[in-house]
Amino acid sequence: MSGLVLDRLSVTLGRRPVLREVSLAVPAGTLLAVVGPNGAGKTSLLRAVAGLAPCTGTLSLGGDDVKGGPSGSRARRIAYLPQRSEFAWALGVRDAVMLGRLPHGDPFSGATAEDRRAVDAALDRLGLAGFAARPVTELSGGERARVMLARVLATEAQLLLADEPTAALDPAHQLAVLGLLRQVAAEGRVVVAVLHDLALAARFADQVAVLHEGRLTAIGPPDAALSDGVLGAVFGLAFAHATVDGRRVPIPLGPRR
Amino acid sequence: MTAALALLCILLAGLSLMAGPVWLPPGEVLAGIAGGDGTAAIIVGDIRLPRTALALSIGATLGLAGAALQGLVRNPLAEPTLFGAPSAAAFASAIVLAFGGASALSLALPLAGMAGAFVSVALLFLVAGQRAGITVLLLAGLALNAFFGAATALVLNLAPNPFAALEIAFWLLGSLEDRSVVHLALAGPFMALGAVLLASQARAYRALTLGEEVAASLGTDVARSRLVVAGGLALGVGAAVSVTGAIGFVGLVAPHLVRRAVGSDPARILLPAALAGAALLTAADTLVRLVPATTEIKTGVVTALVGVPFFLWRILRTRRAEEEA
Repeated sequence: MSGLVLDRLSVTLGRRPVLREVSLAVPAGTLLAVVGPNGAGKTSLLRAVAGLAPCTGTLSLGGDDVKGGPSGSRARRIAYLPQRSEFAWALGVRDAVMLGRLPHGDPFSGATAEDRRAVDAALDRLGLAGFAARPVTELSGGERARVMLARVLATEAQLLLADEPTAALDPAHQLAVLGLLRQVAAEGRVVVAVLHDLALAARFADQVAVLHEGRLTAIGPPDAALSDGVLGAVFGLAFAHATVDGRRVPIPLGPRR
Repeated sequence: MTAALALLCILLAGLSLMAGPVWLPPGEVLAGIAGGDGTAAIIVGDIRLPRTALALSIGATLGLAGAALQGLVRNPLAEPTLFGAPSAAAFASAIVLAFGGASALSLALPLAGMAGAFVSVALLFLVAGQRAGITVLLLAGLALNAFFGAATALVLNLAPNPFAALEIAFWLLGSLEDRSVVHLALAGPFMALGAVLLASQARAYRALTLGEEVAASLGTDVARSRLVVAGGLALGVGAAVSVTGAIGFVGLVAPHLVRRAVGSDPARILLPAALAGAALLTAADTLVRLVPATTEIKTGVVTALVGVPFFLWRILRTRRAEEEA
């Protein structure tokens, strides 16, 4: 198994268990969507995998244990995009994206050709090449989200963790970002994205993991993982369905009777 | 920008060597530096050279510390006093002045000051914990700062005689008057080591632009960075304060003076901020010698007098930017 493997991963915040023995395996080349109600443990799962929350259980990437390992090499292999982007300083767009190369050395005191290539590729991919010199603080919310995504792409990590990458984006940008994440996964990486929009999860993900109260309730292809039974039990809602590109897309209707 | 600032520092240093009760032309300054036993050589070698070197190095330490701390806490309003080390150094020095029978120029003073700075950093991490978030650390620093400020006031209050109280009060104003090469030899190594520690975290300041969590995901050990910066502050600023007394606002203002020209990158700003601090303090220290007054005006008074209006102007600009947005 060359992808991401979690075995009985648990996270406890204070005394409260927020993630309970989650085990899953996704092969390289997979976009895994993580869905579930608020407080289900989605962000905790990402933070634990990123090495930001203490956890128990095992965690391997490409066959290597990445839980204990040195933070430097983990940072090269796992890129993390948090829910909210924060810029303390008015960096230029290119410099902001360059931060994604920090795990590979300090690109500012001597960017290698590899650093420059990765940054240019990330800027191009998100259509930011024309913005390179603009300060990030002068960008719109959507543009900033693209800069942050370019930053994680520039790391060129094997595993990309994205916490609600489509929040605060208009529908056109939501589709563009998910299309891009699917493309990135198809290059042989693993992308794990927390999504609140079940329709987007159903349309774009290769696999969907459903979390509920810290437990993994279902995992599999969207059609199976987002079945009426699972969705009803987890969200307490009744769903209608549309079919888009041959995929069954759930639409929440209201409380289940 | 960095080259221009370096040139400015050299020019100001030259001016600082020339200025004083006896005005020395450049030729005599150079001859004095070269050596000899004339009056000029004594004035330059024994009095003005140590003073100028201290102004440059202390100003640079304060400017660097300000930029480093702003990078660490990701806030342009941070300044070296935030963690309480300078006020602890001032407190320890005040105790020596009041009860140790030392004069303002004795070497017991810098030693006590540096010890005070270290005690305050130890207390800071004892109170806040080694893995504390920045908010807890800042609150603990704020509390320590207030505590040592009050303790210094208490020392003044309990001073055994009015002369001691006056000496403390004047010392607290911050001055480089009559400091010797011994002060430089004593504080210099600590300031250099402090500067190395503060500059060593440049990569962390950069990563922290995106927040502590992302910085950690980029492979930065944020807790370790905090410890190193606090240690660097205690060494550098502790040594600086213990030689000069309190020099306000250089640490806050220096990074702001260069941020517009250098850009916002919290690592690229370190060197220019240090140079700006050096230039600022040397200029202020030369200025106090040019003002005709019976008592020499204290350098710390001038830096604060220049610093506060700048601070207000900065607030006004922020307000205007907010109103336009």
